[in-house]
Amino acid sequence: MSTGNVPKPIASTSSFLDDRLGAGNFLKRNLRKIFPDHWSFLLGEIALYSFIILLLTGTFLTFFFKPSMSHVAYEGSYEPLKGVMMSEAYASALGISFDVRGGLLMRQMHHWAALLFVAGMMVHALRVFFTGAYRKPRELNWLIGVGLLTLALLEGLTGYSLPDDLLSGAGLRITEGVAISLPLVGTWITFFLFGGEYPGEDVISRFYSLHILLIPGILLGLISAHMILMWVQKHTQMPGKGRTNTNVVGAPFYPAFMAKAGAYFMFTFGVIALLGTFAQINPIWLFGPYTPADISAGSQPDFYMGFLEGSLRLMPAWEINFLGFTLPLSVLIPALVPMGVIMTGLALYPFVEQWVTGDRSEHHVADRPRNNPHRTSIGMSAITFYGVLWLLGANDEIASIFHVSLNWTTYIGRVLIFLGPLVTYVITYRICLGLQRSDAAVIGHGVESGVIKRLPHGEYIEVHVPPNEAIEAHVRGKAAVPMIAGTETDEDGIPPKGMRGPLGRLRAKMSRAYGGEKVALDEGHGHGHDEHAAVGPGKDDKSLTR
Amino acid sequence: MNRITAGRRHPLARYAVLLLALGLVGGFYTLLAPSSERADAAIASGRADDVAEGKKLFQQSCSSCHGLNAEGTAQGPTLVGVGAAAVDFQVSSGRMPLANPGAQAPRKPPAPWVNADTVRQLSAYIQSLGGGPTVPTDEQVDPAKGDKARGGELFRANCIQCHNFVGAGGALTQGKYAPPLHEASPKQIYEAMITGPQAMPVFNDSIITPDEKRDMIAYIVGVREEPNPGGAGLGRIGPVTEGLVAWIAGISLLVLAAIWITAKKRQAHQ
Repeated sequence: MSTGNVPKPIASTSSFLDDRLGAGNFLKRNLRKIFPDHWSFLLGEIALYSFIILLLTGTFLTFFFKPSMSHVAYEGSYEPLKGVMMSEAYASALGISFDVRGGLLMRQMHHWAALLFVAGMMVHALRVFFTGAYRKPRELNWLIGVGLLTLALLEGLTGYSLPDDLLSGAGLRITEGVAISLPLVGTWITFFLFGGEYPGEDVISRFYSLHILLIPGILLGLISAHMILMWVQKHTQMPGKGRTNTNVVGAPFYPAFMAKAGAYFMFTFGVIALLGTFAQINPIWLFGPYTPADISAGSQPDFYMGFLEGSLRLMPAWEINFLGFTLPLSVLIPALVPMGVIMTGLALYPFVEQWVTGDRSEHHVADRPRNNPHRTSIGMSAITFYGVLWLLGANDEIASIFHVSLNWTTYIGRVLIFLGPLVTYVITYRICLGLQRSDAAVIGHGVESGVIKRLPHGEYIEVHVPPNEAIEAHVRGKAAVPMIAGTETDEDGIPPKGMRGPLGRLRAKMSRAYGGEKVALDEGHGHGHDEHAAVGPGKDDKSLTR
Repeated sequence: MNRITAGRRHPLARYAVLLLALGLVGGFYTLLAPSSERADAAIASGRADDVAEGKKLFQQSCSSCHGLNAEGTAQGPTLVGVGAAAVDFQVSSGRMPLANPGAQAPRKPPAPWVNADTVRQLSAYIQSLGGGPTVPTDEQVDPAKGDKARGGELFRANCIQCHNFVGAGGALTQGKYAPPLHEASPKQIYEAMITGPQAMPVFNDSIITPDEKRDMIAYIVGVREEPNPGGAGLGRIGPVTEGLVAWIAGISLLVLAAIWITAKKRQAHQ
């Protein structure tokens, strides 16, 4: 129709492309894709954009980094290490920091971007978890996300080991300790990984291949799959006016969402550049070259490995000696159990929830966390479990900064790791119910108008008015948590089919506890003053409701 | 009623008696109390014997815990044989006299009577009791004469497992700690190595030669004075503060940005 106004060079080029790629049709369909608007939906983009910055800064670093463990004497410009024997990897990392123009900035941005990459994934995963956005049909995308998080930890571990400084060497030593403590295969795995006796000559170049080629390749593939699935399945939306399981309310990709996403990339880039410029990270020159004999006080891994460090510090020194073999539980349990609990728990949660609720329907409207109190409590308990481990990973810094006994931080941590999640569960559950009651009060009673009214018999009341339309729609988006129908026993005391046996009875019991409506929205009715609901947003009250 | 009795009853008599009593107490105190002015005068003129003066200082400030003859009590160990270096380290860093007993004596501003002379006298007295390590010379602790690179290697091999790679200090068991080295003077670092204060082991001259000690001092002093090329140092304790900054500054800023971006809704009809 309007093609008549398009200049010929543009029109002919675009029709050339259109005829050969089908681009116009593709763009027409996808540029108008609707994206819902909520701040928490942007959290995953922190990870996405950090990943792009990681690829760019990482490429710069590979131009100058030498992944070799051969020994050289340092001849660079950092004076306190002059003439010190070190690996070529460490020497080249020092070279990037002091002798390559812009090298230190690139190194620091790479490292800050790595921290924000993992932190962004974590907050994004928490958002998805607490809003139930992992439910059908998005379980596979959730699994991809769990895979991405696991790979990111591995990518981080291989990455910060590369400079071969004393601090990263401590992490490498723990990696070796875990590998060698595996029953039966430990020794072989260790010798395979390090190419001989620890630390050997091979591990840096092996980690280098993993860090710059294999893991980023898989990450890139999985991120693409993650994005495509999100695009095809459409983004979930928060409950609100006119939002249903069959529509998406929001702004089109072009131009509104694209502008927002572009701006958010710039923000991420800006924050990483700011941190890289003004906050020193991983000052490897202060740590010195790695020597297996040396270890520093206050050796910690990057934050995303902190929970493993904490579990190692919490663990009592248990081991089993049997027929000349040693099973070092003090290494195996902290290395494998918390990681297993958290990652397996994340991966299985959507399926366990389906099993408990018997819910097979599709969900495109997100839950508000309060409206599924058991899920929210489980999530908060997991955060507490993780948080205690994480905190205890820095227990020596805590002890030395706050002047408390190191031993007591460990003893308290050993109790908190079990008690903390339980207490958190109960508290979170009560808070969720309280918030649901407050929602019910808003629907039943209305909101306070700020108008005090005196009744004929002298009593003062505050006039309540119905909530604003958008808020009411948001609150009314609540649906009861599904539960398996008919879990009760029949009149003869026989449970229904599939609910017999210990597992079936457990399932029925869990379903009854997990599902259902804890506080119905209409519960707010019936008590209080009639006057509250009686005052409507009539013409007279316009000024009061604003 | 004679004149004396009348005078005793005079309204001003009580004030006169009070003044007289105060005057007498003050006068006797001035005559009998030890005069610090005269001691200072003796030190200034260099006439006083260091050991004797040191003994006086010791009995005033240290003997309640370490015993009148430094033989030790239930509260404090014997100081026979600890040497002048130990006294110089403990007193000049303010660790002794101890303010209150705890897991470890903290570094604090030295007591008001502490100065170069009193420390020398006190050290001379303790040295006279049973020998021990002596205070190093200025040349022995001159950072400018040490080799930083060699000192760094020795520092990493011997010190950082407690004091951390930049000497930021670290926690030990049951409330004990390796203090940060940011404030320790070169002389104090040297003395700590040869005397092994509190939880620290002794690094005597056969383990680490005096030359090597000077190299280590050169490294410690050099690194702590070196600027942070990458921006704010974040306490130079590594990933703990870095992680805090990533979450508190990084993620908070980005969440604020996300809230700001999405706060601008499309206005359909306005």
